[in-house]
Amino acid sequence: MTTIAADADHAHHDDHADHKPGFFVRWFMSTNHKDIGTLYLIFAICAGIVGSALSGLMRLELAQEGIQYLPQWAAMMGGEATDTAGKHFWNVMITAHGLIMVFFMVMPAIIGGFGNWFVPIMIGAPDMAFPRMNNISFWLTFVAFFMLFGSMFVTGGSGLGAGTGWTVYAPLSTSGSTGPAVDMAIFSLHLAGAASILGAINFITTIFNMRAPGMTLHKMPLFVWSVLVTAFLLLLSLPVLAAAITMLLTDRNFGTAFYDAAGGGDPVLYQHLFWFFGHPEVYIMILPGFGIVSQIVSTFSKKPVFGYLGMAYAMVAIGVVGFIVWAHHMFTVGMRVDLKMYFTAATMVIAVPTGIKIFSWLATMWGGSLSFKTPMLWALGFIFMFTVGGVTGVVLANGGVDQNLHDTYYVVAHFHYVLSLGAVFALFAGFYYWIPKMSGRMYSEWMGQLHFWTFFIGVNIVFFPQHFLGQQGMPRRYPDYAHAYEYWHHISSLGYLVVLVGLFFFFANVFYTLFAGKKVGANPWGEGATTLEWTLSSPPPYHQFNELPRIA
Amino acid sequence: MAGIYRILIAFLMALTPLALGSVAASAATTARPVAAPATPAAPAATPVATSADAAAPAADAAAAAPAFEYARPVPGIGQPVVGGLDFQPQVTENGRFAHFLNNAILLPLSVVICLLVLGLLLFVVVRFRAGANPVPSKTSHNTLIEVIWTGIPILILVGVAVPSIDLLARQYAPPPANALTVKVTGYQWYWGYAYPDNGIDEYVSNMLDEQTAAARGEPYHLAADNRMVVPAGRTVKLIVTAADVIHSFAVPALWTKMDAVPGRLNEVTFRADRPGVYYGQCSELCGVNHGYMPIAVEVVTPERFAQWVASKGGHMVAPAPAAAAPAATPAAAPAATPAAAPTTPPSAGATPAAAAPAQ
Repeated sequence: MTTIAADADHAHHDDHADHKPGFFVRWFMSTNHKDIGTLYLIFAICAGIVGSALSGLMRLELAQEGIQYLPQWAAMMGGEATDTAGKHFWNVMITAHGLIMVFFMVMPAIIGGFGNWFVPIMIGAPDMAFPRMNNISFWLTFVAFFMLFGSMFVTGGSGLGAGTGWTVYAPLSTSGSTGPAVDMAIFSLHLAGAASILGAINFITTIFNMRAPGMTLHKMPLFVWSVLVTAFLLLLSLPVLAAAITMLLTDRNFGTAFYDAAGGGDPVLYQHLFWFFGHPEVYIMILPGFGIVSQIVSTFSKKPVFGYLGMAYAMVAIGVVGFIVWAHHMFTVGMRVDLKMYFTAATMVIAVPTGIKIFSWLATMWGGSLSFKTPMLWALGFIFMFTVGGVTGVVLANGGVDQNLHDTYYVVAHFHYVLSLGAVFALFAGFYYWIPKMSGRMYSEWMGQLHFWTFFIGVNIVFFPQHFLGQQGMPRRYPDYAHAYEYWHHISSLGYLVVLVGLFFFFANVFYTLFAGKKVGANPWGEGATTLEWTLSSPPPYHQFNELPRIA
Repeated sequence: MAGIYRILIAFLMALTPLALGSVAASAATTARPVAAPATPAAPAATPVATSADAAAPAADAAAAAPAFEYARPVPGIGQPVVGGLDFQPQVTENGRFAHFLNNAILLPLSVVICLLVLGLLLFVVVRFRAGANPVPSKTSHNTLIEVIWTGIPILILVGVAVPSIDLLARQYAPPPANALTVKVTGYQWYWGYAYPDNGIDEYVSNMLDEQTAAARGEPYHLAADNRMVVPAGRTVKLIVTAADVIHSFAVPALWTKMDAVPGRLNEVTFRADRPGVYYGQCSELCGVNHGYMPIAVEVVTPERFAQWVASKGGHMVAPAPAAAAPAATPAAAPAATPAAAPTTPPSAGATPAAAAPAQ
C-alpha cells in the first residue's frame, strides 16, 4: 500500500483548507460531503426534469378523451406505432414517473443533497463519517438511474419498458411482463436501495459520533433530527424492499414461486413486503422536509422553534408508527375485518404527531417578527398544502371509505398534495434558503417570488380537481376515460401549463444566481439564522471546522 | 352502547344538511323497493291475469326462455357526470352510510381543520409581520398548549374512529342465507361472471366499442356487452378472483371494490335497493388494456331477475332452507316475493337505526 505513504506525505501540504484536487478527482472520486451534496443536487434536478417531462406528457395525453399521442410517442421511443404499444408506453410513463420522482428526485435531493451538505456542518463536523462510502452511494444512485432509464428502451412485454407501476406488483411484474425491462427496473431499485442503505449508515454514524463538543442530541437542529429519523427508516425498510424484489427477480428468472399461487406462493405477500418498505418510504420523503421547514420558519420568524423537544419526538413517533400502518395501502386485497380495523385506527394515529408539527410551526411564528423572503413563502405554502394532503389522508385511512376511493384519482390527489405540494415545496424552500450558502451568491428575490406564486397556483389547479375525479370514480393509471371525466381532466392539464411557467422562473433564477447573483457574506438571513452553517463563509471553505466549534 | 350510537348516527343523518343529498336519495330509493314488490302483490292473487307478468312465472319453469332486454342507464345514476364533484349517488345502505361518514363527518372536519390552519396562518402573517412586530418574543415553550394540541386531535380521531370502525363492521356483516352468489373472475382484459346457485356457467363481459355504446345510449369506456345482473333488495355475495394478474372489481355507486387476486377467493357483499345500471372499472393496474375492461352491473326487480336467469338457461332456486315455503310452482312465485319483501324494505332503510338490529 504505497498510497498510505503518499497520503502521509501529502498531509503536510494539506493545512490550507481550500486545497482542492483537480477536476476529475474532485468530482468523480469525491470524498467531500459538500461536493457530493452538490453532485446529488445536480443529479436530482436532472432526474426531476425527466420526471416532470413525463408528467407533462401524461397531462397532455389526458387533456382530452381518446388516445391522442401515445402510439406516436411509443414510436419515437423506438417502439411500434400501434395502439397496444401506445397503451404500454402509458404504463411505462406512470412507472418511470413514479420511480424517478421517488428514488431519483426527492430522495437524492433532500437526503443526498441537503442532508450531505448541511448535516455535518450543522453538527460541527468536518465531513461525513465515511467519505468514500458517501461517494459510492452517489455513484450507485447515478448508475441506478441509467439502469431505469435504459429499461425504457428494451422490451417489457407488450412494448418497450417496464409497465408495472412503481409498485411492481406481482404477478403483473412476473408472469405478466416478459423481456428484460422489468429485470432492469428491479436491478435499478436494488442499486438505488443499496445506495440509500449505505447513505443511511453514514448519516447515523456521523450524527451519533461526530457532533462537536457540546452539541448534545437535544441541541441538534431539527433538520439533523429529521435526517437521523429518516436514516433509521431507510436502514430498516430498504432491506425488506431488497428482499421483496429479489424474490421477484428469482420468480421471473429462476422458476421460484414466492408470489405465484400456482406454486404455493401468494401475490399478496409481495404487497405486504413492498408496503412495509413503501409506507416508511413516504415518511423518508417528507421528514427531511419537516426539518427544512422548521429551520426556515425559525429563521424568518427570528424566534427559536416552538416546542423543540415535541417537534423532535413527533418525528420519532411518526417514524415508529410509520412502520405499523403499511396495509392501509392494500385495504382492498381482501383482508380480515379486524386487521382492517387495526390498520384504520393505527393510520389515524399518525395525524396526532403531524398535527403537533403543524401547530408548533404556527406557534413558532406567533409573536415572531416575520419576513417573507422566498424560502419563507415556500415554507408557509408547505404548511398549508401539507395540511390539505393530511386531512385527505385521514379520509383514506378509513378502510370503509377507502373501499370506494382506493386506486382512484382521490388517492392521486392525496399523495401529490403531500409530495408534489409537500416534499417538493420543502425542496424549493431548502434550495432558496441554502443556495446563498452553497454558491456564495444571492438568488433573485422577485424571480423567486414569481416562481412560488405560479407554481403554487399551478399545482393546485393540477391536483385539486383530481379529488373530484376520484370521488366520481375515476380510476388511477388510465390512459383514457369516460366522457364525463374530461371536464376536470382538462382543467388539471391546464394547471400543468401554469406549473411550467413556474419552473421556467426556477431555472432562470438558478442560472441568474450562479452566474450573476450578488455575492453574500456568512449570514444573509440575519439574527434568526442561528445554526452553524451561517457561521461559515459563503460558500464554506473546502474543509470546514479544522478546529471543532464548541457549542454552549 | 352500539345501539345508542347507531341511533345517534341515524339522527345525524336525518339532520345534517350535508347529508341531505344522500338522505334524499335514500328516501327515493326506499320508496321504490317498497313500491316495486307492491305492484306484483296486487296481481299475485291473479298472476295469470296480466299477460306481461305471465311471462315471468312461465320463465321460471324454463319452458321457454323469453328475451331479456338490458335496461337503459339513467344519466347521473351509476355513472359519473360532467364536472361532478361528489360521490356517485349510492344505492346500497352501506354505501349511503359510508357516503354520510365522508360528507357529514370527514369532509366538514377536513374543511374546518384546513380553514383553522389557514386562518391562523393568515393571522400570524398579518399580525406578526416584521413591520407590525419588529421585536420578536423569545417564547419557545408552553406545556399547556402543547398538551391541548396533542389531546384535542386524539379526541377528534377517537370520535372519527367510532363510525369508521362501525362502517367496516357493516361492510363485513356475514351475508344472509338467501344471498345470491356470483363468481367474478378478472382476465386480461375482461370480466367473467358465473352464477353457481342458478346453474349459469361463466359468461364474459367485454367493453363495448364506441359506436355500439352510443347506439345503446351507454357511456363509452363504461359500457359492456354482457352485464352482471342481480336482483334488488337481496344481498349479493361476490366471490372475486383472477386468472392471470391482479385486477380489481369496483363499482362506485355500490361502494364496492375488491381485488381479484389469482389463487385467492375474495368475498365482498352488497345489497342494492334500487334497480338500475351501475358502472365500474378495473381498479388495479393489470397491463396494456387496464383501462378497457369496464364493469356493468344491472340491478333488476326479482321478477326481471328470474326472467334474466331463464334467458341464460339457468334456474331459480329457493332462496334459503329457512324460507323454503315459497313454492316452486310458477303461480306462487310472484306471491312469494312480496311475502319476503316486508322483511327487506325496512332494513333497506328509511331509518338506519331500524336496520341496525339486523346486524
